[in-house]
Amino acid sequence: MEQHGLRNYLIGFVLAVVLSVIPFWLVATHALPPQRTLLIIGIAAVLQVLVHLRFFLHLNFTTTPKENLLALVFTALLIFIMVGGSFWIMFDLHQRMMT
Amino acid sequence: MSVVHMSEHEREEAETREQRALGFWLYLMGDAVIFALLFATYAIMIPGTAGGPTGKDLFDLNNAALETVLLLVSSTTFGFASLSVRTGNRSAVIGWLAVTFLLGAGFVFLEVREFAGMIAKGAGPDRSGFLSAFFTLVGTHGVHVTMGLLWILILSAQVALKGLTAPVASRLYRLGLFWHFLDIAWVGIFSIVYLPGLL
Repeated sequence: MEQHGLRNYLIGFVLAVVLSVIPFWLVATHALPPQRTLLIIGIAAVLQVLVHLRFFLHLNFTTTPKENLLALVFTALLIFIMVGGSFWIMFDLHQRMMT
Repeated sequence: MSVVHMSEHEREEAETREQRALGFWLYLMGDAVIFALLFATYAIMIPGTAGGPTGKDLFDLNNAALETVLLLVSSTTFGFASLSVRTGNRSAVIGWLAVTFLLGAGFVFLEVREFAGMIAKGAGPDRSGFLSAFFTLVGTHGVHVTMGLLWILILSAQVALKGLTAPVASRLYRLGLFWHFLDIAWVGIFSIVYLPGLL
């Protein structure tokens, strides 16, 4: 059980390192065009958040209480509505001011 | 220990622990909403430099990388502390908490130095909307980490004085949630603030 726990943290650590090194390296070397680098930064960030939730916060679909997962999903929905709504309004406003 | 063999008292303690974990989880979700909105504000304010310096002029990739390393390693060492709680190894818990504290303190030191350097260059939060949003977002995270450091100190003292009793272990569990959550928020900060800013 303890070995299992230790392995979890180490796997999480290695995955997080890989998912950090890739975007930092791309920005340091400018190896790819900016648009593509931005896309990879975004993908690596989403993956790394999932890695942290799984290996450091130990979220999964069997032992995590249902209320905790429900709260997480509800928060994600709230964030989607509030952040998406802010972007929609502000960028629309920006365009109207410019034209 | 199976549920059947728990005494009434132990069952009550386990229930309390689970309720508090859920309560603290709900707090973290609220905190996540706050951070998400600060991220949104920052993203909208990026062009609002008012003729002042941009992220490219101000950010330092090496500093951000070092901060990332410190926080990620501290998250892992906190995990080792949590494992030591489970095996009941009191001195190992205190040792790992001390390592976590030093790494976290190193992070705060780098951040304060960065902020001080920017303010000295005339790029403080009053310079532009972009910088106001930057200092609010990154500063909020820094305050969280500082509070986490204070919390680590308090719980280390409790482990030393009271031992790994059920209430202390339960508090350490919630501190762990908080500390790992801060690392997640930092992933957002380097991915939205520093890396795109230096692109």
